[in-house]
Amino acid sequence: MSSTTSSRDGSRVSLAKPPRASAEHVDATYPLWFHIPAGVIYIVLFIVPTIFSFYFAFTRWTLFKSTFIGFDNFVLFFSEPGLIGSLRNTLVYGFITSAAKVVLGMLLAVVLSAPIIARGYLRSVTFFPVLVSAVGVGITFQVLLDPFNGIVNKLISSVTGADGPGWLTDPDIALLSVAGIDVWKGLGLATLIYIAGIAAIPNEYFEAARVDGANSWQMFRHIILPLSFPATSTVIILSLIGGLRSFDLIWTTTQGGPGFASDVIASVIYKQYQAGFYGLSTAGNVILFVVVTAIIYPLSRWLNSKETVL
Amino acid sequence: MSLPTKGRQALIAGLVAGGLALSACSAGSLGTSSTAASGGAAGVTITYLVDNSDQAVKPAQSLVDAFNATNSGVTVKLETRAQGTDGDNVVKTKLATGDMAEVFAYNSGSLMAALDPAKNLVPLTNESFMSNVQDAFKSSVTSGSDVYGVPMGGATGGGILYNKKVFAQLGLSVPKTWDEFMANNAKIKAAGIDPVIQTYGDTWTSQLFVLADFANVTSAQPDWAEKYTAGQAKYVDQPALTSFERLEEVHKAGYMNKDFASAKNSQGLQKLVKGTGAQYPMLTFVIGAYSAMSDTAKDDIGFFAQPGDDAAQNKLTSWSPGGVYIPTTATGDKLEGAKKFLAFIASTAGCDAQTKGLTPSGPYMVKGCTLPAGLPAAVNDLQKYYTDGNLSPALEFLSPIKGPNLEKITVEVGSGITSAADGAKRYDEDVKKQAQQLGLPGW
Repeated sequence: MSSTTSSRDGSRVSLAKPPRASAEHVDATYPLWFHIPAGVIYIVLFIVPTIFSFYFAFTRWTLFKSTFIGFDNFVLFFSEPGLIGSLRNTLVYGFITSAAKVVLGMLLAVVLSAPIIARGYLRSVTFFPVLVSAVGVGITFQVLLDPFNGIVNKLISSVTGADGPGWLTDPDIALLSVAGIDVWKGLGLATLIYIAGIAAIPNEYFEAARVDGANSWQMFRHIILPLSFPATSTVIILSLIGGLRSFDLIWTTTQGGPGFASDVIASVIYKQYQAGFYGLSTAGNVILFVVVTAIIYPLSRWLNSKETVL
Repeated sequence: MSLPTKGRQALIAGLVAGGLALSACSAGSLGTSSTAASGGAAGVTITYLVDNSDQAVKPAQSLVDAFNATNSGVTVKLETRAQGTDGDNVVKTKLATGDMAEVFAYNSGSLMAALDPAKNLVPLTNESFMSNVQDAFKSSVTSGSDVYGVPMGGATGGGILYNKKVFAQLGLSVPKTWDEFMANNAKIKAAGIDPVIQTYGDTWTSQLFVLADFANVTSAQPDWAEKYTAGQAKYVDQPALTSFERLEEVHKAGYMNKDFASAKNSQGLQKLVKGTGAQYPMLTFVIGAYSAMSDTAKDDIGFFAQPGDDAAQNKLTSWSPGGVYIPTTATGDKLEGAKKFLAFIASTAGCDAQTKGLTPSGPYMVKGCTLPAGLPAAVNDLQKYYTDGNLSPALEFLSPIKGPNLEKITVEVGSGITSAADGAKRYDEDVKKQAQQLGLPGW
């Protein structure tokens, strides 16, 4: 495990200093025709539709015809309170889940890197939710969090005597509930990346610190925290991208409801497509693309610039 | 239809189509004759595409079997497709690519209008069998000046299902006006029973107070639907705003069941059958579902149209059944064969074949067709509105515009998240998008 990740981290680190030599090496090894099949597939299935989608975002289209309407779709998207609300929800959801995964993932990884009993088993258990399909998780939590018949609120009302909150049906907390489920589901991956990141820290640092009489907190603060930074940036980027374009969990738990309280851009796009507003939903996709890129690209550049070579 | 979301649409489409199919139990006995029956004529074979729900397949199968047994020269083969949004996409894609079966079943009303009928469907306006079809149905499969389909299955009513035992116990009578309805609610609540069941776990069910109120809107302003299509009548203005206000009123008065936010449609029906809830705004296609929940449910549950301001104007809001259409890609012999099959569907023999499979949940819209005896009480209540001619088609059959977010908005209004006025305003914006997508003038 640690060897795969350290190579992974290694490649991330090397991104900071572009690996010219290895690129030339690849060019020299493989003739052009070797790239063509993959290139054709990529161009036909990804590049061409992407370019088309930018055009169709400026039209009102059906399967049968399209009308060019300039920026109307975008104007509509930004003038509607529901759509702006979904943009805000998307950002809230993305940042909450990402932050929670970084903090909790780091803590869990530190615990699971220590020599504790049943460490392998506990690591597997932590990772297990990642393997379950999001739809399955969503439906299960919908049952668990049912305000009156769900096990969570039955427990709460048997302890406190009062009705528990409507986790997924109260407009004020529905989005946070889904974010909580997302964290539960995605935490295993963050932990795994951190475990690998911590395992990749050379032992000499710890030995030297111990000789100098550092306590565990100091070792965490001054060795693990800074030296696992590549893992942190990987977790931030991955979970933020995942959070910003999250759809499946939200759709299976609340369908963006109650009303529009937990709508994110992706669920709005889906509903618009379902409703036959193809142009508007294409515009929504372009906006999602721009938002994700505008956040991730500078963030990724910044995080990479902060990384240190071990 | 429209009701709700597409998933539901599919379900309902299936059910409506299935209404036809109600006779399914005997389908199997007829089932083997399809190929053997063509009486020796060389004939053509055409395909009939329906969605794959039981309610659609069973009646369609008995219809196909009955047709194949009686007609020489044309053999119909049944084919199924997915339900719901996927099904909508299948139909649209098949039409766009010229791959559609010679005959297919699909929703009537605004969903049919979205198929671009003038381009994709064969007009049936001048066919002789169209004279068997009731005018109320024709209006829901008309686009421009042409009629495009024949009805499959029975009509559905939108209104309020109520528990007759609870009403009898509390000495209540069926309300004819909204004030009577609210007065009943107060008494029901005082008796410790939930007056109005709402089930926002299935969001489409939240729309009923608004959709089933449409007959009252047309009573107040007969040309409302026309003006609405032209972009001149809005939900933020009266009389349509009342529909949203009624939903808000019921929530504010605390007349809903405690778990309204999470309950599902089937749980709502259970409450109604058990008598823990007294009234449930619903579509009558659920009659089969609650009838199966207890031995007496069939007779315990009744139905009335949503009350309005004026007792003399109390009318039912009616949903047309789905239609059966021929795509323009069917030509020559196949087109003739398809028309023969449609003529059979629009005949009393066609209705009877459907009844054999499935208990109808509403009246057929073909002239001369009758319902069997011994139907659930709510069907008889429903039938009465049709016999008296006391009804208005639902908005989606009078106008091609149905905003897709209505069910979300009614959840918000019904849960007290937004006010009726804000909800209506938001729905008007939703409707505007739909109108623009359809390319209607005036938007």
